[in-house]
Amino acid sequence: MNERPLAPRLVLRGITKRYPTTLANDNVDLRVGVGEIHALMGENGAGKSTLMKIVYGVTRPDAGSIEWEGSTVGIHSPAEARRLGVGMVFQHFALFETLSVAENIALALDERSTPAALAPRIRAVAERYGLPVDPQRLVHSMSVGERQRVEIVRCLLQSPKLLIMDEPTSVLTPQAVLQLFGTLRRLAGEGMSILYISHKLDEIRALCDSATVLRAGRVSGTVRPREESNASLARLMVGSDLDDQPPQPRQPGEVRLELNGYSMVPRDPFGTALRQIDLDVRSGEIVGIAGVSGNGQKELLAALSGEMIGPHSGSISLCGRRIDHLGAAHRRAFGLGFVPEERLGRGAVPAMSLSENALLTGARAGMVRHGLVRHRVARASARATIAAFKVKCGSEQSAAERLSGGNLQKFIVGREIRLAPKVMLVAQPTWGVDVGAAQLIHQSLIGLRDGGSAVLVISEELDELFTICDRIAVLTAGRLSAPQPRSQLTIEAVGLLMAGATQEVAHG
Amino acid sequence: MADFPWRPPPWRLEKRAAPSAAMRIAAPLIAAAAMLATGFAIFAFLGREPLTALYMFFVEPLNSLYGVGELLLKATPLALCGLGLALGFTANVWNIGAEGQLTLGAICGGGVALFWSSELGRLALPVILLAGIAGGAAWAAIPALLRTRFNTSEILVSLMLVYIAQLLLAYLLRGAWRDPDGFGFPQSKAFDERIILPLLFDGQRASIAFPLMLALAALSWFFSSRLFAGYRMLVSGQAPAAAAYAGFSERRNVWLALMISGGAAGLAGVCEVVGPIGRLQTDISPGYGFAAIIVAFVGRLHPAGIVLAALLMSLLYLGGESVQLGLQLPAAVTGLFQGILLFYLLAADLFVGFRLRLAPRAVTSSA
Repeated sequence: MNERPLAPRLVLRGITKRYPTTLANDNVDLRVGVGEIHALMGENGAGKSTLMKIVYGVTRPDAGSIEWEGSTVGIHSPAEARRLGVGMVFQHFALFETLSVAENIALALDERSTPAALAPRIRAVAERYGLPVDPQRLVHSMSVGERQRVEIVRCLLQSPKLLIMDEPTSVLTPQAVLQLFGTLRRLAGEGMSILYISHKLDEIRALCDSATVLRAGRVSGTVRPREESNASLARLMVGSDLDDQPPQPRQPGEVRLELNGYSMVPRDPFGTALRQIDLDVRSGEIVGIAGVSGNGQKELLAALSGEMIGPHSGSISLCGRRIDHLGAAHRRAFGLGFVPEERLGRGAVPAMSLSENALLTGARAGMVRHGLVRHRVARASARATIAAFKVKCGSEQSAAERLSGGNLQKFIVGREIRLAPKVMLVAQPTWGVDVGAAQLIHQSLIGLRDGGSAVLVISEELDELFTICDRIAVLTAGRLSAPQPRSQLTIEAVGLLMAGATQEVAHG
Repeated sequence: MADFPWRPPPWRLEKRAAPSAAMRIAAPLIAAAAMLATGFAIFAFLGREPLTALYMFFVEPLNSLYGVGELLLKATPLALCGLGLALGFTANVWNIGAEGQLTLGAICGGGVALFWSSELGRLALPVILLAGIAGGAAWAAIPALLRTRFNTSEILVSLMLVYIAQLLLAYLLRGAWRDPDGFGFPQSKAFDERIILPLLFDGQRASIAFPLMLALAALSWFFSSRLFAGYRMLVSGQAPAAAAYAGFSERRNVWLALMISGGAAGLAGVCEVVGPIGRLQTDISPGYGFAAIIVAFVGRLHPAGIVLAALLMSLLYLGGESVQLGLQLPAAVTGLFQGILLFYLLAADLFVGFRLRLAPRAVTSSA
């Protein structure tokens, strides 16, 4: 669908980058043509981010060369990368919430322009590429999808020849993803090259002309995604076949967790208020809460875990007992287990060993007696978790911060499951976790459900919710839709609910 | 934003994959060696024979039993304050006002000693020590209350309370508590012999406060490594969000840290006045409470390290006095050596975690 002149826009040859503990990129070759949408695929930790930091001049390679439009270049800083014509849309946006769109863009551009002078240019670019953005609007009032548009517009103002998009759809509703794809195809049609970083196989097959797959820092294949199946792409990424079997439905039991008309105004002025939330989670079922972050997920979790008890109305009950006024320690004592979305620093103490981290929530599981820590019990418990959940680590004495994200997540999930919670609360269970670990985590949550626990999962990944949940509800702008059985829902229907209040209008 | 040609420096700090455990322990020794080398240069620059000066600074004070006693005597309040502060620092509670809590400990313990020692009989000494602990803890309760109620900084509050405590002591000693037969000096009557802490040996001044301090060091080790309460404080210090997640109360953490460090500093203060000083007077401490901050860090916030660091710091005080007398150097020389030691320790610590590397040359030349 695109023209292909002779000199490719970007060629990487033999790029190698070594960090003290890992070989992040090992002799990587990559080629992006003019007007090509090229996918860079790989699991978390495969070396995608390092490679992109090298192209954008943030990091310098230890070996290898970079060719830009036929001539060899050294890219020593992001400013130099931008001068060549490389634009980058980061996964996590660096926008100032209290400033307007135009002010944010004026701050980020290399040229010096006033926000007022930029406003018409922003409008022009926004209109041309179908990216509705109001330059005067304050960023804190915008949804994540709208913020991403600001970042894209910021890049386009510099008329880049190569646009790097880092996991752009992880925060978008399905409809917003389609809209983004339309924009990217239009840009490619005008000759812009796009380097699209992702691990979502369906999207890559729908959007990209070609793909480079990384596994453990090396190129494991260069393919045309449209000629591949999800299974063959996954095999290139992971190195083995996978099967994620849908769980057998189970008859749910009594109500374990119940929210009745729960409303709360957060202390954080940019937080989302929770409005009249009704929810019940029964023994033996997994209920999923879908929605884009920033719609009250953080607040709902903090309200359920007891980490934030502010002024509220309505009630939360755990096994029939009112808990909304109780702190986190009490709720744990009554049988609440919790896996937070931040692993390091919240779910685990980074510098402490895994055995000391077992103690974090294990005081009631025999690890403390008469105020004395029983280190031997904590070590045994950590060893059992490591074995049961196949956590890759030196030993139970390894510091939590030395584990990869996926392995630490397996440890935290395992630690909480070993406490046999009556109600288990899990946030983003497989965020940044590799495919193998994600599967193990899913299976263990289903196992926990089959053992009679009530499980509540909050996730941005719709695929995940559809894989493990019995019922699914959507949290949008602090309101929760009524949970519906998975069998009666489609991904599109959930997507529409997600878009409902955020004005993410669907366009094909 | 300006488009200036930014060049990275030719070197950079790179995080070490695994900091060596041996180097972590060696770092204070390296810092001490570097301090000695710098001291050598400073004495030479000041026109004093460096080897003689260093001998006079670090060896001569310990040439006699009396000298060794002085070393233990000064190490005791430093270690007591340092042990308490270190527990707070690991819990991310920054009590900078041990000097003030020490002063309040001296006031409360000294008050009991002045007015109730005969009524209390054999119980007098324990009650005096407990009153000192209570006084220090009460002074530390002010920053604890303000932080937990109004979210104020305990650093500023505890520091400012130092000066209030010292003025309170001066006020009492110039008024109600002044010795009527003291020729108008701002000091109290000398305490009764029976309530002065017993000496370790005759012929020197160190008292049983030193073994008491060693016992508290052991207790402090037990607290942080064996008690769940100590573990909770450690978690609160290292990862506050993890402490909230586990349901450990932040309020309890702040209170416990300030009560322990305030109580320990109060004990240090009362042990000074019912020990070597023997009465209340306006200058009861040459800044032990502040020097204890250095002691806590030089000792790696570990009880055994703190005891050793307190001995080293005590030697710096003695050496400073020794060269003041012997070489007519100013009193500031003590503070100078303390500062140099802390500076080298921080530098050595940085290199335990990081290494200095020359930046690699550009892989390819610019087109």
